[in-house]
Amino acid sequence: MADTTLTILVIDENPARAQILEDGLREAGHVDVVRLETTHELLRRIFEIDPDVILIDLASPSRDALEQMFQVSRTVKRPVAVFVDQSDTAMIEASVDAGVSAYIVDGLKKERVKSILDMTVSRFNAFDHLTRELQRARDELADRKLIERAKGILMKSKGVSEEEAYGLLRRTAMNEKTRLADIARSVVTAAQLLG
Amino acid sequence: MTGSTATRSRDRGGEGRLTLGFMPLVDCAPLVVARDLGFARDEGLDLDLVRETSWANIRDRIFLGHFDAAHMLAPMPIAARLGLGHLKTPVIAPFVLDQGGNSIAVTPALHAEGGDWGVFGDPVASGRALARLLEARRRRGAEQPTFASVHPFSCHHYQLRHWMAAAGIDPDRDLRLTVVPPPHMVAAMEAGDVDGVCVGAPWTSRAVEAGVGRLLMPTAALWPSAPEKVLGVRQDFAERRGEELAALLRALDRAAAWAEAPENHPRLAEIIARDDVVGVPAAVVMRTLSGTLVVEKGATPVPVPGFLRFHGDGESGPINRPRATDGLWFAAQMLRWHQTADADAAFAAAREAYSPTWWDAALEQPAREGMTLRTFAGPVFDGSAPERWLGAEP
Repeated sequence: MADTTLTILVIDENPARAQILEDGLREAGHVDVVRLETTHELLRRIFEIDPDVILIDLASPSRDALEQMFQVSRTVKRPVAVFVDQSDTAMIEASVDAGVSAYIVDGLKKERVKSILDMTVSRFNAFDHLTRELQRARDELADRKLIERAKGILMKSKGVSEEEAYGLLRRTAMNEKTRLADIARSVVTAAQLLG
Repeated sequence: MTGSTATRSRDRGGEGRLTLGFMPLVDCAPLVVARDLGFARDEGLDLDLVRETSWANIRDRIFLGHFDAAHMLAPMPIAARLGLGHLKTPVIAPFVLDQGGNSIAVTPALHAEGGDWGVFGDPVASGRALARLLEARRRRGAEQPTFASVHPFSCHHYQLRHWMAAAGIDPDRDLRLTVVPPPHMVAAMEAGDVDGVCVGAPWTSRAVEAGVGRLLMPTAALWPSAPEKVLGVRQDFAERRGEELAALLRALDRAAAWAEAPENHPRLAEIIARDDVVGVPAAVVMRTLSGTLVVEKGATPVPVPGFLRFHGDGESGPINRPRATDGLWFAAQMLRWHQTADADAAFAAAREAYSPTWWDAALEQPAREGMTLRTFAGPVFDGSAPERWLGAEP
């Protein structure tokens, strides 16, 4: 059962990932989710929002600003602690690897928020996976275009068929122990230089 | 030195490959120089440097063992040993990376409001100006100003408090203290989120250049000889892979000596300026290295001798050698400002973190060690009786 009474603050400069996380939290029944993309006046805004749980992207330098909330000071209404327990190395490892950290107000039972952190970690991982897949797809497309151009250059300059041009590129890549796309790039660059 | 590096590494089972975390600040120089100019390789080490975005990440990744060692704020190893705020991790500081490099700056608006702040580098006159300004605001019921440092366990934070307290200001009551990450500092000053900052190089120079900050003093005007950043290492790493740590300390010693030499500064500025290190113009870095500070936009640079020091002899011995007195000084700040209440634990953690054992074993240099630390106000801090300073502080 989701604990719907918690105010959850998500600090992430990547709006797409923050959206995915917010959607997940809402699906799990958390209605009070606040997102901050900018770090302008961060502590003052946290003071106003007064969240129970803060989830922050580890690439954000603002983590150091949050560290100040461990101290009892006027910048926070309630002292804050890092969510993970000293003994829970696996959880710390998982959240650092996923690139996220969680802070909770002191005194809040960790069981109440464990599912939130679990889901955050899995959503961050899924997002990272998706981003990498997308990048790979883009790279592959770029490679294919490059190979097509190199084939065209070879066909024209050597008067060979498409198949022969491809075979030549492949053999050269194997001999040079390099990627087919890199050989294709050399061909394209050389053709540009030689005009 | 005893035996060849290669033999030592193999004997200990270590492979000489070390992963080190660093923050994009000028004082990461000894780490980058040790890698890029071959000082680490000469010691049989292969350094993998990982740039981080927050001190919190550095601390967590030291805890997890992702980093064998890291660039750390000088008070951090003590806070880590005490588990203040976060996970308790036995971290040691076997090498001091630098002294100095920080400055206190205020926005032009606050500067104008404060009137006469004295000459550049006068902490007494500027403290009085701030006290007068706060009193005037209190009388007319105006909002209190906000000053930012970079982390709760940083010299910057304690330097701000020390400067203010010596002028009779209660930093917890009379104004707001906050934390802003250095890369956000210029924007925060520009937006008026903060009225004053204490931050390291090259960020104050950036603020001056952007016309949003005016320097009051280098923090050497407050504490002439305290460590600024240290190499933080997990104690169990030091115990398991002592030979590699010793090799690293020797490589850092040579790298720091190289970085200190003025003839190397133009090349060092180029290295630090690179996008994979700090990513700011080399001219700005050069200003920090040569210790010529521009106090306000358009002003003639002022020489500040010894503004940032990487190597050599200091007031109390070799500046890279950790010294219990410095650790105890930081512990005393944590106690004074109520970050911890247990004096015995804090002083014990400080002595362990700042033990010179590793440095002495690696460098085998006779070193004198002063037991005192002098600041601009208040009694001299005596490392043999740290508790005596508490209660007598300015």
